[in-house]
Amino acid sequence: MLLVLFCVVSITFFLIRLAPEGPFSQERKIPEAIEKALLAKYKLDGTLWQQYTGYLGDLVRGDLRLSTQYRGRSVNEILAQTFPVTAMLGALAFLIATVGGVTLGSWAALRRGTAQETGAMLAALLAISIPTFVTGPLLVLIFALYLGWFPVGGINSTWSFVLPAITLAGPYVAYIARLTRTSLLEVLGQDFIRTARAKGVGEWGVVTRHASKVALLPVISFLGPLAAHLLTGSIVVETIFHIPGAGGFFVHSIQNRDGFLLGGVVIVYCTLLVLFNLMVDIAYTWMDRRIKLE
Amino acid sequence: MTDAPPLSHRPLWQTLARNRTALASLIVLGVVVLAALAGPWLMPESASQISDNQFAPPSWEHPFGTDIHGYDLLYRVLSGARVSLAVGLAGALVALGVGTTWGLVSGYAGGRVDGAMMRIVEVLYAVPRLIILLVAINAFDKPMKEWLLSMEWERLIPYSRILILILALGLIEWLTMARIVRGQVLALKSQTFVTAARALGQSHWKILARHLLPNLIGIVVVYLTLTVPAVILDESFLSFLGLGIQAPQASWGSLLADGAQAINPVRSYWWLLVFPAVAMSVTLLALNFLGDALRDALDPRERR
Repeated sequence: MLLVLFCVVSITFFLIRLAPEGPFSQERKIPEAIEKALLAKYKLDGTLWQQYTGYLGDLVRGDLRLSTQYRGRSVNEILAQTFPVTAMLGALAFLIATVGGVTLGSWAALRRGTAQETGAMLAALLAISIPTFVTGPLLVLIFALYLGWFPVGGINSTWSFVLPAITLAGPYVAYIARLTRTSLLEVLGQDFIRTARAKGVGEWGVVTRHASKVALLPVISFLGPLAAHLLTGSIVVETIFHIPGAGGFFVHSIQNRDGFLLGGVVIVYCTLLVLFNLMVDIAYTWMDRRIKLE
Repeated sequence: MTDAPPLSHRPLWQTLARNRTALASLIVLGVVVLAALAGPWLMPESASQISDNQFAPPSWEHPFGTDIHGYDLLYRVLSGARVSLAVGLAGALVALGVGTTWGLVSGYAGGRVDGAMMRIVEVLYAVPRLIILLVAINAFDKPMKEWLLSMEWERLIPYSRILILILALGLIEWLTMARIVRGQVLALKSQTFVTAARALGQSHWKILARHLLPNLIGIVVVYLTLTVPAVILDESFLSFLGLGIQAPQASWGSLLADGAQAINPVRSYWWLLVFPAVAMSVTLLALNFLGDALRDALDPRERR
């Protein structure tokens, strides 16, 4: 896992330094002495290898360095201000996606062969096919501008998070619903379920107590990728709803060639995901073992 | 994953013809592709020009209205469709190449090689690939242009961004393909015809190319239809952020970005959002429907 982080950091660093234009190459030529001082201040002097090892050393100490665009602000400071907002949005979307998806999927599986199931699955495919940057503005148009139920953008209250989180979670609610439905249907056809039914366990009990443990395994192994998708998707959703999260800074840092800010965002995102995946892995083996014991 | 299901023996097209949604999707796709190819060519010259007629609502003259530069939106949507569809298809083909090779080698080699290769796939699934990809596109934009120049392919320079996008998106969307191909190879590997080929002393290369690959074509085609919408979605994601296709070229993503900006409390130019959104959603939906139907036909285990 540390190895993954190391690879991500190295690739990001070299990709950023590989870009032919440095952060200070502008139309206006800066005097050589000033440029040298600037490079020294931002630790961009020395050979590529020296820069790389220096950067790694700073990272280990938890220093993400200075932003070259937002003069005088450190990357740590920018991320400390913006990342909680992104995390809040992501956590909310994560909750909606998992709870909503599993509920919808189980419901569809239990109504197998009915028009309701077909309808639910059609809706799910529709939700997967429509990108968030279509649903987002449409939701704004309907619920914020015409009905006035929610604010158009910003983060003035908890209410402002509702529309963005729904937009972000939408496709994954649908994806998880499909995943849950398929695997639940497969599990419900197995012998131990028949045994449970023969024992006289009710339909609800069969699903919640017996089938769910096995049927939810694919969903759990999707949680890692889900977190990655949500973080990526939050960049677009933050743009649509004018949310001051880390995503906007990510886009700007690419446009402004603000290397350390860009690296900082990528590294923080990846660290978070690596940690999260570790937890998912532990949860998975734990659940898997319980199944084996039974 | 280990015991992949046997392939269905009924011809694919027959199953397809029975499935009404799949057939409808195929027709819709045909219409979209035809419109994208022929549309910009059939429309009058004036449609592709900047005009003073800004933000005109839909009318007979401009069925989809006009945008901020006075461009005819129908023309923009159709030429955007060309870019989006081309990137989607080409990117999916790149993904197919990488994914199939990876899955073939991994499944056929087995053992530790297989374990390591699949571990890499798992890790890549959990990394925000699109974010790292953005950094890469940014880094390779200039070198790509210089390389094209040095190869004396100046004609391609306006398309260098598209070429990078195709390569890059293909390089991140191959994971599912690799997994599926590996599962299929594992199932095929233990079948008698492969054992027979090995007993006859055929080389690994020959077994892979002659015996395994032909049996994989069906499943690969299915996942190709499912990869195309994924790549289109990724491309529009990048273009929406202003980091993909650059003006004056357009793709559905960049048109949607313009459309989303035109929605504000003061004034809503709804057509700028609605028409590209409908075009893109319908295409993606049709592709997903088609892919799903093909998968159901080919892979009984996934069948509803």
